[in-house]
Amino acid sequence: MSNTESVDPQLQDFILSETQKQRFQVLVHGLTDTCWETCMGRPSNRLDSKTEVCIMNCVERFIDVTTFITKRLMNTTKYRSDSPLEFQ
Amino acid sequence: MDSLSTGTLSGAQKEELMDQVKQQIAIANAQELLTKMSEKCFKKCINKPGTSLDNSEQKCIAMCMDRYMDAWNLVSRTYSSRIQRERNNM
Repeated sequence: MSNTESVDPQLQDFILSETQKQRFQVLVHGLTDTCWETCMGRPSNRLDSKTEVCIMNCVERFIDVTTFITKRLMNTTKYRSDSPLEFQ
Repeated sequence: MDSLSTGTLSGAQKEELMDQVKQQIAIANAQELLTKMSEKCFKKCINKPGTSLDNSEQKCIAMCMDRYMDAWNLVSRTYSSRIQRERNNM
């Protein structure tokens, strides 16, 4: 941005907050997709408790997987910045 | 992008802009839900595509939609709680 005027702070807050909200939405969409595939049998009149527990565990474990992968990627020599392999 | 320096927008114009953005976002989320529901419920309910949707298929799809919403809400709650827990542990 070459102009010297700053963005309106109210709009800036709005953009930040909506961005955060949308990130959450996107993650919920993705998690629901994955956990539906993992947990859902034949659709019936309600979610039974077995399916509910499966979905809740699925969400928690998926987050654990993401955390695990992130940590390991950070620690493994292969993926450090001094290696020829680069991530954008 | 000169349009980002919006010191000249009135309060009412800003409100309108923010409302429009929120509406666009809501539409995008509804669209995503529609796409996912169609995909999941087709898979669950339409095993042998016929020349039309019969009654049992329609019933299955309606139930499937409701269950998908239930699942979505449960995931949302579970994920929120997890974020809260992570924050409290920091």
